[in-house]
Amino acid sequence: MTDYYSMIKNNSGRRKIKSRIMLTLCVTAAMLAILPLVYIFFYTTIQGASSLNLEFFTELPKPVGETGGGMANAIVGTLTLVGLGSLFGIPVGIMAGIYVTEYSKSLFANIIKFVTDVLSGIPSIIIGIFAYGVIVIPMQRFSAYAGGFALGLLMIPTVTRITEEMLKLVPHTIREAALALGIPRWKTTIMIVLRTASSGIITGILLAIARAAGETAPLLFTSFGNSFWSSSLDGPIASIPVQIFNYAISPYDEWHRKAWAGAFVLIALVFIVSLIVRLATRNKFSQSA
Amino acid sequence: MYYLLIFENTFTIIETEKKIIRSSKKFSDIVFENLTLLFAITIIVIVVFICFEMFKDSAISREKFGFGFITSEKWDSVKSDYGALTFVYGTVVSSIIALLIALPISIGVAVFLTELANSITKTTVSFLIEILAAIPSIIYGFWGIFVLAPFMRTSVQPALQSTLGFIPLFQGATAGFGLLTAGIILAIMITPIITSITRDVLKAIPVSQREAAYALGSTKWEAIKMALLNAKSGILGATILGLGRAVGETMAVTMVIGNKAQIKESLFEPAYSMASVIANEFAEASGGLHVSALIEVGLILFGVTFIINSLARILIYSFTRKAQAR
Repeated sequence: MTDYYSMIKNNSGRRKIKSRIMLTLCVTAAMLAILPLVYIFFYTTIQGASSLNLEFFTELPKPVGETGGGMANAIVGTLTLVGLGSLFGIPVGIMAGIYVTEYSKSLFANIIKFVTDVLSGIPSIIIGIFAYGVIVIPMQRFSAYAGGFALGLLMIPTVTRITEEMLKLVPHTIREAALALGIPRWKTTIMIVLRTASSGIITGILLAIARAAGETAPLLFTSFGNSFWSSSLDGPIASIPVQIFNYAISPYDEWHRKAWAGAFVLIALVFIVSLIVRLATRNKFSQSA
Repeated sequence: MYYLLIFENTFTIIETEKKIIRSSKKFSDIVFENLTLLFAITIIVIVVFICFEMFKDSAISREKFGFGFITSEKWDSVKSDYGALTFVYGTVVSSIIALLIALPISIGVAVFLTELANSITKTTVSFLIEILAAIPSIIYGFWGIFVLAPFMRTSVQPALQSTLGFIPLFQGATAGFGLLTAGIILAIMITPIITSITRDVLKAIPVSQREAAYALGSTKWEAIKMALLNAKSGILGATILGLGRAVGETMAVTMVIGNKAQIKESLFEPAYSMASVIANEFAEASGGLHVSALIEVGLILFGVTFIINSLARILIYSFTRKAQAR
């Protein structure tokens, strides 16, 4: 136990100064934590915005030495991969979230929550190895399916967690009212509970999509990448993050500029989605308050 | 008699109607419940399947090298002799550096957010920290190559060398790319997660405790210190969760750690981490043994992150339960 009497008897001026110093350090910490963000944000904008033009979104990458060209195939590739991932990750995530909040007894719910946490803690590179093992090896080639599968796996924990959180916010009285009107439980869950929570769940899904769009490690040896239009989903496909990686570690200035433009697109995506999520959840809280 | 018959008839009709309603409800409900159960179990199956795959695909390497795999420094694809020690070393050291830097800063930010900031600053700062967490790691790595590593080479590392150069950790060539730079990038990346959990943990400490401290004449910092001490198991959980992130981080580390499989005293020296060797070599791996060895590195990484994350979850979970009980 702290001896409060002696604390008060001690020189209170010194304690006040110490308090002031520590609190100033906390403020400094906050500024220090934000500094890299501000730096990265402005640096990427300055480096990226100059090579960001219409060509970037419509043209294929040019070989070394030729100026111009863009990342159109990588942009379409990322959309394709994220789309494939969503087809798999979102239903699994939402349904598991429903099960955990609406049906599960507490022990089994806790097991599923724990496993979801485990899945979210698995490094994305390992998810890549897994997708390689179960899809690339049997198919004998890199493919959009493998990349999409990996991204879907990475989306599941986020979607499950957000569904769970949002369903918990729906008051029990709403469920009871619906059940009292004779509406079956499953209809209550889908038509009433899920619909009430839908705006929150949608913002969570947006967040999961933005995260997945920026993932690089699981795509390196699943969707691999190429520099032309992909005609089918069972071949390698380009993506923005992998393209940035390949350009970033290359020695060519022109490619670096392209990579910065790609980085700018990704940061803008993250920023816009985070802003939407912020605004949406703020409305949610002020409504419930 | 007649009345009784009517009564009985109506009764049975009502009963059967009830049964029909109940059974139809039950059937669709059972279908839907089991459908959601199926998806929930899918997640469990996937995680178990990931463990199984990693274990199965690393069999060749595990049989050939045994436990010596973890203690061997060699990584030679020409002689087909593989060991993971250098990568374990790189991962562990860069993660420890990251924690040493990120922990005090995160606690400071969390205190700032819960105790000091007014509501507008609070919203802005937590929003910015959220974005920091959402920036793709490839961008951190890219920024690391072109901004942080040159800055480390020209300013930070020479400064460290001239002040702390008597310690072997800060000796040798200042290349920019190496363990220290990787640690700093990781610190930036794990600060958001440690901050947000520490903030939640601090929020769970009842205000009455701080009020009691103020009533006894303590300064603001002394009151906060008491809250921090009470929250220490939760903060430990947050720290370990941050460690888990740092250990598994791939792209940013790959781009700044220097990718050289060696163990040197100096933090300025390039090194290699478990995740980055997989990222760099997996797609071009030569032969089954090489792939298998890389997957075994992945298996170690998986095991380590699994233990770390479980520990963190248990700590955070037990803390919040205790705080709710108070």
